[in-house]
Amino acid sequence: MAESLNAQTGGPSARRRPPEWIVVLARAAVTRRGRLGLALAGLIVAIALLGPILAPKSPTEFVGMPFAPPSGGAVFGADVLGRDVLSRVLAGGLAILTLAAIATALGVSIGTSLGVAAGYMKGPVDEVIMRTLDVALAFPQIILALLLVSIVGPELWLVCVAVAAIHAPQVARVARSATLRAAEEDFVRHTEAFGLPRWKIMLTEILPNIVSPLMVETGLRLTYSISLIASLSFLGFGLQPPAPDWGVIINENRIAILSNPWPVLIPILLIATLTVGVNLFSDAIARSALGIEAPIGPAQPNAGGIAVGAAGTTRSRAGAAPL
Amino acid sequence: MGPLARRGLVLGLHHCDGPVVDVPVVSVRNLRVEVSASAVDVIDGVNLDLQRGEILGLVGESGCGKTTLALALLGYRRRGLRITDGQILVDGRDLLSLSEAELGHVRGSLVAYVPQDPATALNPAMRIETQLLEAMARIDGRRQRRARMVEVLADVGLPSTQAFLRSYPHQLSGGQQQRVTIAMAFANRPRLIVMDEPTTGLDVTTQAHVLDTVRRLCKEQGVATVYVSHDLAVVASLAQRVAVMYAGRTVEVGPVGEVLSSPRHPYVRGLIRAVPDVDGRRDLRGIRGQAPEPGKRGEGCFFAPRCPDVLPVCWEAFPPPVDVAVNHRVWCVRALEDTAFETDVRSPTSPSQRPTQVMLDVQGVSAWYGQSQVLRDVSLAIAAGECSAIVGESGSGKTTLARCIAGLHSDLEGQLSLAGRHLAAGARARPPELRRAIQYVFQNPYASLNPRRTIGESVVQPLRHFEQLSRSEADERVRTALEEVALRPSLVDRYPHQLSGGERQRVAIARALALSPQLLICDEVTSSLDVSVQAVIIQLLAQLQRERGLTMLFVTHNLALVRTIARRVAVMSEGRVVESGLVDDVLAHPKAAETQRLVRDIPRFDPARFSLPA
Repeated sequence: MAESLNAQTGGPSARRRPPEWIVVLARAAVTRRGRLGLALAGLIVAIALLGPILAPKSPTEFVGMPFAPPSGGAVFGADVLGRDVLSRVLAGGLAILTLAAIATALGVSIGTSLGVAAGYMKGPVDEVIMRTLDVALAFPQIILALLLVSIVGPELWLVCVAVAAIHAPQVARVARSATLRAAEEDFVRHTEAFGLPRWKIMLTEILPNIVSPLMVETGLRLTYSISLIASLSFLGFGLQPPAPDWGVIINENRIAILSNPWPVLIPILLIATLTVGVNLFSDAIARSALGIEAPIGPAQPNAGGIAVGAAGTTRSRAGAAPL
Repeated sequence: MGPLARRGLVLGLHHCDGPVVDVPVVSVRNLRVEVSASAVDVIDGVNLDLQRGEILGLVGESGCGKTTLALALLGYRRRGLRITDGQILVDGRDLLSLSEAELGHVRGSLVAYVPQDPATALNPAMRIETQLLEAMARIDGRRQRRARMVEVLADVGLPSTQAFLRSYPHQLSGGQQQRVTIAMAFANRPRLIVMDEPTTGLDVTTQAHVLDTVRRLCKEQGVATVYVSHDLAVVASLAQRVAVMYAGRTVEVGPVGEVLSSPRHPYVRGLIRAVPDVDGRRDLRGIRGQAPEPGKRGEGCFFAPRCPDVLPVCWEAFPPPVDVAVNHRVWCVRALEDTAFETDVRSPTSPSQRPTQVMLDVQGVSAWYGQSQVLRDVSLAIAAGECSAIVGESGSGKTTLARCIAGLHSDLEGQLSLAGRHLAAGARARPPELRRAIQYVFQNPYASLNPRRTIGESVVQPLRHFEQLSRSEADERVRTALEEVALRPSLVDRYPHQLSGGERQRVAIARALALSPQLLICDEVTSSLDVSVQAVIIQLLAQLQRERGLTMLFVTHNLALVRTIARRVAVMSEGRVVESGLVDDVLAHPKAAETQRLVRDIPRFDPARFSLPA
């Protein structure tokens, strides 16, 4: 056997592999759509972060007549109470971003825990968890959130919890189906055979191996969170006036959309850009997680014809990637 | 039978009788396929000629480029690959100069393909009749198409009854499905048929029948056939000529008898020594190391790093072809040296001297998957300190039995005991020392190691579960375990994907042996490995078994392997043990009908049988 000792070929030098999620993110970030998505989302995040510092005036300071048109003092005119539109928009982005991020993180964590437990334990545990989540899914999402918020009142933590509660069932379904597949793997069977506790199997064997589908789902959920939070604050259940917030600004100024459209248009454009950017990036994540799209390079014409091998199927799946 | 086919019959017979004078119907010239992105060659410099009615066996281990070559013969390349040089002439037409549309037209009519897995090649939602007629869309006239369909179905030995034609693929057996795809390939009377391991998923009896059909059809219809396979025994029983590929090059091409009885290339010699012999005359010997990947093949002969007879000149340039006989070409600088090819002679198993104790006792075990019963009242005793094998075809229940023993399947009735101690159904119901006492090595080394763990972490995980170990103790145990299976200790920091299949399987074996089990269960541990690697792993297991006096249960479908590694064997069929005893007795004088059939239908070849004409 000594001969085979020497003959084993050396692969790349031994170094620790970065965790799966970093690999997926890095691969997504070098694709064309990933870059575009990052750029768009990054722009909006930068505006939201730096906006409060850059704002020329205080968001609650009066600068002129209500709905005054753009002028030298107020580039985009004044809002319903005569405050500077630019300053209010610059100051109003942080809340929506923070809330969306927290709500997504909360929803994905809860959903993943429930889904992995249901998928791995199977039997009654699975039934109880999934049927309960089915009931939650049966409610129209925004109505569920409105119901919660209108009972307790417009608390910010509640907005997060409500949005997270909307996400959890959907994330749980994705986590469960990925778990069902991972639990069939021989390396999981092996740990069962020597008797590793179930919670450890879920945490150390299953979870690291379902990271890819969960990341795809997280990207999607972030997109939904942004629009849900914006909707809730538009409806008056998020931040309360006079605090500047994009949803609040749209709502306050919609009555005068014809005399000064800027206070409505600008927040809408910002939210739309953010959503498109996040969406593009999460699509890039999906493709990199599924191994569909290679980094930027010369495109390969597929010599199709007979349906042999996986080439044809991956191509068609690329078109149907979740958006 | 149509006029064309009759002409083919005449030519085919002519070809078999006399010397080859025909112009080849298929000829491949200097074919090169590259990875488009890097211009690294996947296959290069391939030259092949096929006569009418000739079957060429294309043999090689995984990654050698045989499938790439087979697909290129249809003018097809997988995504990311590009054919950059060469010609593929079929009946005078160069496939590589055709447009996609023209290629689409010649596929099916000039060249045809039989896939490896008929279950995925047939559309599960369409009736057999519809699919067959679809394959004959180029034949004019509905009546003519139906007539041809009945004809080809008869050719492949399938009925043309309404019941059969109206059935869906899932209602047919694997062998019937493969016959349907073969019928589709022959339907338009192509000149070249490429078969990509079409019998890999079939049991040996069905495989024997399908091979008979292929042999007869190619001869009768005069179709040139390229039969891709990793199984030398299948090729030996089917082909007239064989081309062995290694690392993207053909290394030896010649008449099947000559190549298999007196191979000239050291790789081919190694390959033949690595094929287990069901009749137990030869001993098994693997080839060390592994084939280089595209782009890492070096300057000289690609086989040089693994070659036992390497010369300094081998490292300088890829060897030119040497004609050692008519139609027999070898790419090796030492091809003309007169060294006789010998295989190792196997020493017969000596009768046991000491009285055997029973390690594992299985009493009246029945097991179910949901509603279906997989094991029916199985009783079995495994002797301590020996290797016993369970052999059977897929679906015979052998893996379920192994899983019941290991506690991976708990829906069972009956008694299991290990060294006198009762084994509960399901590992979680067993005390820790019994869970440790039985270790299981899985079939697929790609799935049995957690891809997110390093090799070291994987090996130490069960150890840490049973013992409190300091970091240095743990490192030491892992190192010892890896050394025992002849792996470099530096692999501890690698991830499974950086290892070859054989290395991964060794890691799985090391992980099991590190726990010093009383019983090691090996479930088809070599079935996903290449023969040369399989031989190395089998040698390793046999050596460990001897040295440690290990009790081993070796589950396999491969009778030839049983002969090599096990002392006792139990043959399973349809959930029952139909025969058991000492391996040499059972295989030499099978009593049960199932065993007789298995022993009879297994494809075999014996280098000594192909004696050269004087």
